[in-house]
Amino acid sequence: MHIYLPVAEVSVNLFLLLGLGGMVGVLSGMFGVGGGFLITPLLFFVGIPPAVAVATSANQIVASSVSALFAHLKRRNVDLRMGVTLQAGGLAGAALGVYIFNMLKQLGQVDLLVQLCYVLFLGVIGALMFIESVNAIRHAKAGTRRKPRKRHGWVHTMPLRVRFRVSGLYISVIPPLLVGFFVGILSAVMGVGGGFIMVPAMIYILHMPTKVVVGTSLFQITLVAGMTTVMHAVSSQTVDTVLAVLLILGGVIGAQLGTRLGMYLRAEQLRVLLALLVLAVCFKIALDLTLTPSEPYSITEMRLP
Amino acid sequence: MIRAARIFAALLLLAGPATAQEEVVMGLSQDEVAITTAFDGSNILIFGAIRRETPIPEVPIDVIVAIEGPSTPLTVRRKDRKFGIWVNDAALNIRSAPSFYAVATTGPLDEVLLPFQDRRYDISVPRAIRAADGETETADTAAFVEALIRIRTEEDLYQHLEGAVTVDQDTLFQTEIALPANLTEGRYRTRIFLVREGKVISYFQKSITVRKVGLERFLFNLSRQQPLIYGLMSLAIAVIAGWAASAAFRLLQRN
Repeated sequence: MHIYLPVAEVSVNLFLLLGLGGMVGVLSGMFGVGGGFLITPLLFFVGIPPAVAVATSANQIVASSVSALFAHLKRRNVDLRMGVTLQAGGLAGAALGVYIFNMLKQLGQVDLLVQLCYVLFLGVIGALMFIESVNAIRHAKAGTRRKPRKRHGWVHTMPLRVRFRVSGLYISVIPPLLVGFFVGILSAVMGVGGGFIMVPAMIYILHMPTKVVVGTSLFQITLVAGMTTVMHAVSSQTVDTVLAVLLILGGVIGAQLGTRLGMYLRAEQLRVLLALLVLAVCFKIALDLTLTPSEPYSITEMRLP
Repeated sequence: MIRAARIFAALLLLAGPATAQEEVVMGLSQDEVAITTAFDGSNILIFGAIRRETPIPEVPIDVIVAIEGPSTPLTVRRKDRKFGIWVNDAALNIRSAPSFYAVATTGPLDEVLLPFQDRRYDISVPRAIRAADGETETADTAAFVEALIRIRTEEDLYQHLEGAVTVDQDTLFQTEIALPANLTEGRYRTRIFLVREGKVISYFQKSITVRKVGLERFLFNLSRQQPLIYGLMSLAIAVIAGWAASAAFRLLQRN
């Protein structure tokens, strides 16, 4: 059964879209990632025009992360103060990111930049997470108590210390602001919520407990994606509500399942799975860049003034 | 006076014999295509008759039917290998290319139609594409235009339907053209050419309107005319859907 999408102007199978939304929703609930880095390439693959795919996936991310966020709020796994601090940095970062994006667009190589960004960041983060969490699992299996994570890194030497009660941290606001800023730049350039960078940054740089990380990341993603949706709707008019609703229908159900599924897995196992997923997407994009394309030509349609 | 009138009448006959002797009377199964939510492409039946005042000539007649969707400018890019990865390198700006183009004929187009007639009436697919503004005209231009035609042909946006028009007793003709699901809104110019010995002897033109209706139309117009409201609406739908799903699952779990 096909459905015609009014803004994308294509007709796509209804169940395919529901399925895509559901799959990404499960991941969103399980790992606290918005899923933008997955759903955007998947939408390209089913034939949605890239501009519509990028803008609409932001809209979908709002729904799936709100859904998962409520589940986490109920369990008091969200550090609102940390979320707002990250967001403040994120806003400034996003503004700079949009500026960089438009500059590169004029140079005509923005696609390449986005792809290289994906390969670089997904590759590095995926590999680091994978090694770290496999080590953690090995230690757990061998029965040896792992050295507790260092609680006093460079993060603790800075001024302006604030107590983040939910995370059990008493640290300077500067590191969260910087993390938010950096993720803001990347999310504007790569067109994603930034959860897959935010989650490891919160674990490894800010030393937040894994339990709180997912909920807080969802909180931050919801705000970023919500802003991006409205911005895209106004500036490029490429948000397709019908497409979004279908992805959302699948996504909200998936997110709830994902949140519950996540509770049955241990934190290290969760991280191994997320690492593998990130590496798989990285590998796929790297292949696209290096293998001889079957069709070297592509068409970019310009709108009539 | 009478002589002058006779000469005038004779001149008229000489000037326009091609159009006067055989004319197209055309019908369409539908002259409006409504894009609804369930739209999955549409078949259009184009049929008609050839009206003539003289006996049927010896040489059989050929019929060409061309449907052309709204045109837009576009850029065709080619990827080349640099430092081991494939990047967009060369590009060609195309001034105008139809978003949809189908040509149905009674036989192979290059046998049915003489090249100079194609240039005059812009019937074949390459003629429908206005490639370059002159300055970008290079040896490569042809390769880019070919790529454009190849990609759109694979998507059924450009259709070469040779032999798809059937002519009955040199008088009645018909063909069916399938419009794909990914149609652009607008007027689709439909032209019918009567061709004999490679030359167009008469042609007729009509347009098919393709437009969104109902919810599709409402959402599309809203997104263009009230983008902020549309954006906030999309956002609200997302938040409500997310909250509702969360609430629904909690209820399910309680029971």
